[in-house]
Amino acid sequence: MSTAARVSKDALEPAKGGLDAVDRGLIAATQAGLPLSPRPYHVLAAGLGVPAEEVMQRLQRMQAAGVIRRIGAVPNHYALGYRANGMSVWDVPDESVNELGRRVGALDFVSHCYHRPRHLPLWPYNLFAMVHGKSREEVEDKVARIAGLLGDANHGHTVLYSTRILKKMGLRIGT
Amino acid sequence: MPQTNNKSQGLPPSSVEVKRLVTDTDRVSQLSELEKRLLNDYQRGFPLSPTPYAEIARELGASESEVLACLHALQERGMVGRVGPVFAPGRAGASTLAAIAVPAERLPSVARLINGYDEVNHNYEREHEFNLWFVVTAGSRGRVGEVLDEIRAATGLQLLDLPMEAHYHIDLGFPLWC
Repeated sequence: MSTAARVSKDALEPAKGGLDAVDRGLIAATQAGLPLSPRPYHVLAAGLGVPAEEVMQRLQRMQAAGVIRRIGAVPNHYALGYRANGMSVWDVPDESVNELGRRVGALDFVSHCYHRPRHLPLWPYNLFAMVHGKSREEVEDKVARIAGLLGDANHGHTVLYSTRILKKMGLRIGT
Repeated sequence: MPQTNNKSQGLPPSSVEVKRLVTDTDRVSQLSELEKRLLNDYQRGFPLSPTPYAEIARELGASESEVLACLHALQERGMVGRVGPVFAPGRAGASTLAAIAVPAERLPSVARLINGYDEVNHNYEREHEFNLWFVVTAGSRGRVGEVLDEIRAATGLQLLDLPMEAHYHIDLGFPLWC
């Protein structure tokens, strides 16, 4: 193999401070998905000017570092009949938000769970848990299970149902 | 024939609703076994090997061309958004979740203004006083702040800036048929 096919050292060791230019190029090239062709990493490699082996190693490394959560099919839940999308928001004590968040996030029907700042007096909620269901009743049952789990730590909650998706695209990062 | 929620209100479902419900049921029931397994079982663990689709095909007892055709068809029908990496929020660049309270009559123009930003990658309308919820992602926190300031200035509306402080879910995908 030529020197161009050598895997660079950066692919093997995380760059200080996280992502380097090739990583960012790889993110940009894959945010709309991998090519649906027999050798997708070779297609990406040709575009980035690095060996295919390095593309795979960089994806592996970003996954190990938590920059990539998973690699796979991203189903469109709405098209598959999961029509109710409820963002449940909870006011829980700040000192226990991490422990409670971990417990809520571990529920298999919670697809995202985040701690976010309050914005008093307009917004008292500091824990967000996204719940999907085929109907609002199904979402409400699941929200009741979260309320049961939180018990007295729940100082108030509400569910914001989405009524329209006005824009949705893959992650974009600035350069 | 699925029941509709309108039944409890004593209202007949509109023809549009009936059509939509039938369509949903058909779309899911018409999925082949191969399609269901690709959607459900390959939300993570996509092979990092030179010929990943051939590897999946071997695991499912299909051919590489069948797997590729199947994924292409699922994408065409809108049932799969993409096959690829799912990036963790807040790790690549800077981002925030923002919410804005928009009077109903201003909703179309404010939504257009917000969607016009390349930095906005999601924008959902939700039932709440804060009725537009959007994600702003940029190369730096400074740029995220600029976009929010511009939207505040252009609309004169209350805006919540709710950046993620911690996330608690290890996203392994979502069980579809279990």
